[in-house]
Formats: sequence, structure tokens, C-alpha cells
Amino acid sequence: MMGPVLRATLLKALVVLLCFGLVAPIVIVAIASFSGDGYLKFPPETLSIRWYERFLGDYRWRSAIVNSLFIGVLTSVFSTVIGFLAAYALMRGQFRFKAVIASLLLMPVIVPHIITAVAVYFLSARMGLVGVRPWISVAHTVVALPVVLVILQSALRTVDPALERAAMVCGCTRFGVFRRVVLPLALPGMVSAALFSFLTSFDELVISLFLAGIRAETLPVRIWNSLLLEVEPTIAAVSTLLKAVTTAALAVDAVIRKLRGGPVAALR
Amino acid sequence: MPLGRLAAWLMIAPALILLIGVFLLPIGWFLIGSLAELGTLTEIWEEAQDVLFSGTVARVLLNTNGIGAVVTLLVLVIGYPVSYALSRAKGFAFTAILLCIVLPYFTSTIVRTYAWMVLLGRTGLINQILLGLGLVDAPLELMYNRTGVIIGMTYVLLPYMVLTLYAAMKAVDPRLLQAAEGMGASPATVFLKVFMPLTLHGVIAGVLITFILAIGFFITPALMGGPGDMMIAMLIEREVELTQNWASAAMMTIVLLAVTLILYGVYSRFADKEAPR
Repeated sequence: MMGPVLRATLLKALVVLLCFGLVAPIVIVAIASFSGDGYLKFPPETLSIRWYERFLGDYRWRSAIVNSLFIGVLTSVFSTVIGFLAAYALMRGQFRFKAVIASLLLMPVIVPHIITAVAVYFLSARMGLVGVRPWISVAHTVVALPVVLVILQSALRTVDPALERAAMVCGCTRFGVFRRVVLPLALPGMVSAALFSFLTSFDELVISLFLAGIRAETLPVRIWNSLLLEVEPTIAAVSTLLKAVTTAALAVDAVIRKLRGGPVAALR
Repeated sequence: MPLGRLAAWLMIAPALILLIGVFLLPIGWFLIGSLAELGTLTEIWEEAQDVLFSGTVARVLLNTNGIGAVVTLLVLVIGYPVSYALSRAKGFAFTAILLCIVLPYFTSTIVRTYAWMVLLGRTGLINQILLGLGLVDAPLELMYNRTGVIIGMTYVLLPYMVLTLYAAMKAVDPRLLQAAEGMGASPATVFLKVFMPLTLHGVIAGVLITFILAIGFFITPALMGGPGDMMIAMLIEREVELTQNWASAAMMTIVLLAVTLILYGVYSRFADKEAPR
């Protein structure tokens, strides 16, 4: 029989090992991206930023950055605005088919992206919308909306309806209540929603792959296209940049939640 | 503040229009439109039998289920102790474990896949270490085969399992475990008779969500697999991009969609916060 101390130590060791395994691949690529060697070596023998120079010096990678940012920001605006209205209606409204609509709106995360991508491509190819950046944002909004709804519904749960009623009693119009009471109180949730919907779009590959054409290649699409040819070191630099953006977004979100004391785990 | 019926409908309208216009209608149009080109219902049925029972599709469906099952099992075995530790950890340990899960979770799938391609390649880190230690004479083939697909997908899907299990484990009242222990149960008995039954619904939910996501996977198997590891999502993509055979793409989509929705229906019965009676 193992003693309790030994058992606890073994579990701890196992968990530390597994957690290390979860983070190690990401960290190793980040370090290797600064390698000065001819191919990705770990640990790198010499350090340099040559892969970053090659990445940022290439016109096609630069335009992929611009496309990704443009599509991501637009998706973030679309899904935060549409998602906020929908989350408020689902929270405070009473109407028919509410439960059905609420679960339908979450479907795009369950249905495999390949199905959504092929179906939207089927439509877009017939309407000449392949390669149109705002249209890619619209398609990304469909898959970002469930994320936004989950975050905003939990943020709105913390807004006391009594505050809204009080404002109404004091002569505020319905729109005024919305602007002066609901929006400020839900603001931290809105920022989280905006960040995570941006990330959803920024990281999305399958839908972009079908809709991007040659005109609107995003960063993930460009990575995909070059990985099909070879595992080249420039991509280590590109993925490190993508990870930096993700980490920055998560950090901003954590800081805002700490400052505003909003919902502790908006995502759960 | 209760919202008027009209106001509520107006507010939900943009989301609904988007969902219908850019999700439900396109899927419906794609499925019905491409099948209708085949002719009458009997003709469609005959074609469907040809396509779905052909050697290629049968093999691909077998691959999809096989890979999905192995990956789900691995994810469960690895995820269970991590979730357990997370549900019991406090302070710094909690933050550290959570960070290890959330950071990969929010990293793009293609970036995570690429990371493993760097590690598993012929000249990758793992082969460098193995060769350096003299454990192998020639580099191991860890990628562009089933091994690569399974490692990559297990890594990408692990956070979903851990977060689902964590929710179930966190809900277990620690006093129940203490009570069992106080009445003389051995740690193994406490685990098997108290903790396991109380978290079983989480395990079922986690297994279902992992399997649902696994069978629809595209990026990782496409990049890390070999010619023998074609999965259904890759075949759908190939029918559309390469052969432009929309009808057979639609038939495979119906199979994938049906399986996904049925499993999701089962999942939502288990995913509720409360344990089933």
C-alpha cells in the first residue's frame, strides 16, 4: 500500500509533467523562432531575428497581417454589437421560442467548421463574394457570436434589474436606461466579448481557407499554404507573433476583470 | 426591467438574421441544392448508396471513428488527473495549472499543430534527443502517419476535456469525501465509491464533446497525417476543392452533421451543472 504522502507526491509530479507537456511545445517554438541556424534547432546555437526579418520583409506575409487585423476588428465590432443586443433580449425579454432561439444561436460552435465553411463557400462562390474581406468578417461573426453570447449573458446576470427600474421611475427613458445604466455596468463584459471575438476571427482557419481566395489571405491561411509545402522556420516567427497577440488579449482581459471586479470566470 | 415583446424581437433580430442567412440557409441550400441536381429521390438514393458504401468513404469513416475513439480515450486518461489537481488546487498552484490549460486553449489550432510538427519531424527535437542519447539509430517516423495525427489531436483537444471535467469535479462537496474517510473508507474506496460516481456525468460530457470535436477535425489530420489517415472532414474538403463533386460532399456532410447533432443531443443532457439524479 502506498502512503498518502507518496501518493500525493506522485500525483503532483504527474500533474507538473503534464502541465509542462501542455506548455512546452508552444514555448519551444517561440524560443526556436529566434534561432540563427539554418533550420529550427533547439536549443538554438546562435540567436538572431533573421526569421522575423524574412517574415516581415515579405510583402505577402505583411498583407496577411493587414487582412487578419482588418477582418478580426470588423468581426469583433459586428459580433459584440449584435451579441449584446441578443444577450440583453434573451436576459430580460419574454417571447415565444426563446429557449429554441437561445440554443440555435449556439449551434455554430457545435457544427464542425468544415460544414459551415463549405456551405458558406457554396453561397459565396455563386455571389462573387470569395475574397471579399467584410464578407469573411460576416462569416466569422457567425462562429464568434456563441462565444460573445456566453460572455455577455454572464456579464448581464450581474446587472441588477432593480437599478434599471429605479432609473425608469426617476424619469429616464428606456434608451436612457440602456445608455446610462446597462451599458456602463456591462462594459467589462463587452470588452471581454470584443477581445475574444477578435481572437476567434484572428485564429480561425477553416472558414477563411474557403473564403479568402487569393485576395484576402489571412495569417492562418498563409501558414496553412506554406506548411503544405514544407515546415519552414519563418512560420515559427509567425506563430510566435500569433501567440503574442493571444497572450496580450488574455492579459488585457485579466487586468480588466481584476480592475472592474466583474464576473470572475466570464467563460465558464 | 421586463422588455416588451416587440423590443425583444427587434433586439434579437440581427443575430437571428445572421444565423439564418449565413448559417442555416447556406447549409440547407448546399445540401438540398447539390443533391437536387442528381434528379429524383430514387436517383439520389441510388447515388447515395454508391457514394457512402464505396470503399473510400467506408475506409474514411472507419478512420474517423477509430482516430476519434483513440484520441478521446487518451485525452480522458491525461485530462482526468490534471482536472483533479486543478479542482483541488488553491492560490498559485491553481493559477499555474489553469494558465497551462488556458494558454494552449486560446492559441490557434494551426499554431499548436505547427508546434508539434516542429517537435515530431525527422530532424525535430524529439528525434534529436533520441538520436543524441543513442536510444535509436535512425530517426523515428513520428509524423505524416497515424501516430502524428493522434499526438497532435490529443494535444489540441485536451483543454476541452480538462475544463469540462473541472466543472464537474469542482461541484463535488469535499465534506462528502471527508465523511467517507472518517467512516473508515480507504482512499481507493473513497475515490471509487464517492468521487467517481459524483463526477461520472462530467466524464460522459467530456468524452462526448471531445469525440464530437474529433470527428469533425480537419486542420491537424490534414497537416500531420499520411495518405492512410484521411478523415471525413478532409474528404469533404477534397470533394469540394479538388473534384468539385458537390453532391457527394453533401452526402458526407449529412452523415457528419447527423452524428454530430445526435451526440450533441445526448451531451446536453449530461452537461448540466447538476449531477443527474
